[in-house]
Amino acid sequence: MSASEQRLVPALPRSPVGAEGGRSTGYWGMVILIFTEATLFAILLTSYFYVRFQGSPVWPPDGIKKPELALIAIMTPVLLLSSGPMHWAELSIKKGNVGRLRLGLLITFLMGATFLTLQGFEYHKSLAEFTPRTDAYGSLFFTITGFHGLHVAVGLLMNLWLQWNAWRGRFSAERHLAVENVTLYWHFVDAVWVFILVSIYLSPHIWP
Amino acid sequence: MATTVADRLEEIWEEKPGLGSWLDTVDHKRIGIRYVYTAFAFFLAGGLEATIIRAQLARPEETLVRPEAYNQLFTMHGITMIFFFVTPMLFGFGNYFVPLMIGARDMAFPRLNAFGYWVFLFAGLFMYAGYAAGHAPNDGWFNYFPLASKQFSPDINIDFYTLGLIFLGISSTAGSINFIVTIFKLRAPGMSISRVPLFCWAILATAFSVIFALPSLTVANAMAALDRLFGFHFFDVAKGGSVILWQHLFWIFGHPDVYIIFLPAVGIVSSVVPVFSRRKLVGYVWLALATMATAIIGFGVWVHHMFAVGLPSLSLTFFSAASMLITIPSAVQIFAWLATIIGGRPVLATPFLFILGFLFLFVLGGVTGVMFAAVPFDQQITDSYFVVAHFHYVLFGGAVFPIFAGIYYWFPKMFGRMLHQGLGKLSFWLMFVGFNLTFFPMHILGLLGMPRRVYTYPAGLGWDLYNSLETIGAYILALGVLVTVGNFVWSVSMRRGLLAGPDPWGGDTLEWATDSPPPPYNFVEIPTVKSGEPLWDQPELRAMNERVIDRERTLATGHDTLGTTVLDAELESILPMPHGSFVPILAAAGLGLIFGGLIAHLEVVIGIGAALLVGSVLAWFRDQGDV
Amino acid sequence: MLVVSAFVVVLVGALLLLGIVPSRRRRYRPRETPTWAWRAVLFGGVIFPILVLIALWVLTLRDIRAISATRASGLTVAVTGHDWWWEVRYPKQNIVTANDIHIPTGQAVKVLLITDDVLHSFWVPQLAGKTDLIAGKTNVMWLQADRPGVYRGQCAEYCGLQHAHMAFYVIAHPPAEFRSWVAQETTAPASSAAPNLAHGEEVFTTTSCGACHSIRGTTATGTDGPDLTHFGSRLSIGAGTVPNTRGNLAGWIIDSQSIKPGNLMPPIQLSPSDLQALIDYLESLT
Repeated sequence: MSASEQRLVPALPRSPVGAEGGRSTGYWGMVILIFTEATLFAILLTSYFYVRFQGSPVWPPDGIKKPELALIAIMTPVLLLSSGPMHWAELSIKKGNVGRLRLGLLITFLMGATFLTLQGFEYHKSLAEFTPRTDAYGSLFFTITGFHGLHVAVGLLMNLWLQWNAWRGRFSAERHLAVENVTLYWHFVDAVWVFILVSIYLSPHIWP
Repeated sequence: MATTVADRLEEIWEEKPGLGSWLDTVDHKRIGIRYVYTAFAFFLAGGLEATIIRAQLARPEETLVRPEAYNQLFTMHGITMIFFFVTPMLFGFGNYFVPLMIGARDMAFPRLNAFGYWVFLFAGLFMYAGYAAGHAPNDGWFNYFPLASKQFSPDINIDFYTLGLIFLGISSTAGSINFIVTIFKLRAPGMSISRVPLFCWAILATAFSVIFALPSLTVANAMAALDRLFGFHFFDVAKGGSVILWQHLFWIFGHPDVYIIFLPAVGIVSSVVPVFSRRKLVGYVWLALATMATAIIGFGVWVHHMFAVGLPSLSLTFFSAASMLITIPSAVQIFAWLATIIGGRPVLATPFLFILGFLFLFVLGGVTGVMFAAVPFDQQITDSYFVVAHFHYVLFGGAVFPIFAGIYYWFPKMFGRMLHQGLGKLSFWLMFVGFNLTFFPMHILGLLGMPRRVYTYPAGLGWDLYNSLETIGAYILALGVLVTVGNFVWSVSMRRGLLAGPDPWGGDTLEWATDSPPPPYNFVEIPTVKSGEPLWDQPELRAMNERVIDRERTLATGHDTLGTTVLDAELESILPMPHGSFVPILAAAGLGLIFGGLIAHLEVVIGIGAALLVGSVLAWFRDQGDV
Repeated sequence: MLVVSAFVVVLVGALLLLGIVPSRRRRYRPRETPTWAWRAVLFGGVIFPILVLIALWVLTLRDIRAISATRASGLTVAVTGHDWWWEVRYPKQNIVTANDIHIPTGQAVKVLLITDDVLHSFWVPQLAGKTDLIAGKTNVMWLQADRPGVYRGQCAEYCGLQHAHMAFYVIAHPPAEFRSWVAQETTAPASSAAPNLAHGEEVFTTTSCGACHSIRGTTATGTDGPDLTHFGSRLSIGAGTVPNTRGNLAGWIIDSQSIKPGNLMPPIQLSPSDLQALIDYLESLT
């Protein structure tokens, strides 16, 4: 471009932008995706309550025991607290600290993986008593918790991808949209667990 | 100097012709045209199904079509028209025109856009593979249980339905995310919320409706697939499941779906009415709010499809009230458009004729809709030919007529040539007369007691004459559609139509500020918008190609468009746009293999599909470069 | 509703015509919105509809209550939907029949709706709105015929292959006539001495008929298909598919698949004389 030519592009930051300069399109995309996924879970939980209150007054039906809470009492804080290191990881990279980003991601990963492993044990115990093919309760129980577990697994895969890129030096204070998006997703997955905990695990004990 | 800039942009944005470019394009205009072509092909398929149905029903106890075949035909007619024609057609127009109307160079996520199209195509082929297998879905487009269960439908017909719709849903969701983010973030500077064209408002309302409604259908179909393929018991009454649960989940999606169909069509109406009335729309704010209100209230009326199920009276009275309430926003829209027409100087060109047809037919369908809100009357006429009449008036009259208006209005922009006006008017009259002859008598048939979804009926009940008339009407309607097809072939394919130029109609929105068809980069510069009718109020925008207003806005240094703030459209960022990529079609193919493997019970195919999908997704994020 | 709807359609049509007929007298201000336009939108789009809809909703409430209210009734009929026929039981009177529902005039009849398989819907338009037959649920509705006569009904929820041929008849009798119908139905037909009828009964019980059909007083006790105890007085064969005549009955027995393809009765091979005797017998069961 010669000196006499004007600029051909405005002086603006290039997307994806981070904390300053407004929210990027990628971030909005993740937000809308989360709306969809949240609706999926809302529909699943509504279906659970519909079948429950339309059906047999004893819940769970067919002699199935009420959900055991011992493992859940460990799994729940493990998962919910994992949002902490994830949030810390995001804050760190916003300030440009790649080392803390990596550490935060790793801790979150380990906590999430622990959750899934414990869920595996929980399934092992439950499946001895009933399966998704036993009755509608079984179908709902395993589908809803399994769908959530799938979301946790996908979150862990995304976490690994972030770690991989963090080790390759791809993230900085200016460029870290993916970290923001995955963090948002991870908080979402944790929040869904609260609803599942209350609906599927606690409510049969509270409402006879 | 403007030529140099345009040349630079051409170099940056051109897509070289050839098979490779055809497969890897991410240009919203090419993708939009593909949606339009493919959706129209499904329209013809659905129309063929309808003409066979009408031939079978022309006379009592006719034996042209066996019941097995008939039940597949009426089911596929509904599925095709609703899922594979109307919404994709309107998304096609949305794809093409939303970026143009908001002054952007493409959608927010161009590769996601391409992916959405390929998934739509593959899902449509998947659904139609049912016919090839001799087992197309055959339990009606709402697929009630227990008939749809493995016990009563042991063959794979219903699996095409459940899996096919889950597959298609991925496309609809992707498209909706894209529309929302595009309309939020890619508008030209100055296009504040109150200056957004009503077509874009309509697409926005539709996209949000998809986001919140489609999950209900997806969950329902996933549960159905789990019941049928893996022995689960969601809808198995004997094991504590509920068949009414299916109905609720289906209609929680199904009712908003009719607004997903109707609202973009309404957007087309709001685009055409002011241009052909040659005056500004009356009540822009009312129309935008009415669009949103319809979408929102639309989530609260679904039980009116279930008034005969035996639900508690309290439920019925609530949903009756809500179903009546939803009339109000539509009435506001009708009167706003009427006021615009009456206060204007209308030009009776073909696009406008289809809009006039829409206004009449939709109102007629709307008043019968109000009748359905009255529960006791509904309990007589639901599941009868009266409801068939009603929904064809509101869906065909309410969406297809605007689609044809859109075809005659926008094809000149898309293809550079006018469609022949005489043939257009002929097409309109054949369609209008044929439509009314086909569907008006159905009101009477319903009142005479003819139920819907019957492959034949006995003589001597007083139904015969009406059915014969309806069949004649259907063929007239079909002829009217074919006239438009012929018009397209003659005017566009054979290039006999008049050259359109940038603005053949005197339009008010930004798509008319560029060539017909637009260059790959849409506009030489991204303009600053100062009004809701930019082309009427800012004449300098018409000459942008010759005389650049602001060189900074040409973004001629890269493959970029502009990002702005959500409410006021203030300048915010440069958005780099991806070049063509094979990843979208590969990812869609991966999904296709997964669904194909599921229905054929071939685990290997599922595995290959999953690997292809995962690989594509990883490549997708690599493609992005810096994240 | 019809009057208001017609009014609205005509009004909109008239306004459309008004809009497109060119008129020099209307002022053309393309960028302004005149006051009459705001008023039209407010009145036509909001006020008028709200008033009409409130009135409609009040009337709807009244009718919902009237239809769903429990009524004093002396008669209960339990209708069970099957693919593709209607099983009809009178629990108190111990009557089992199919596809024809006899009721007395001038009285509310309680109808219980059950399905044996998929969803069906019970619709006899001249007498009542439709109510669905839902798996896992017993729905209740009321029928009342004020005048004697035969009222045709048809299944109104798509139920598979022969949904189109699942009709039924509600036959309303003056009360005295109804009582004699009840008396007749509760009497099992005596085995007849007439040789052709006895032979016909023998054909019925020795061929596979009894596996699916019942005739009280014989050894046939099948319940997969309609009860045939008083078949002679039925109005139709195959749930309203064809009228109950000798010719149709012959066709139905030999090959019902050609009349109602996919129905659950297989073709039955019989010699012509056996067939005639069987028909004589069945038509004698009034």
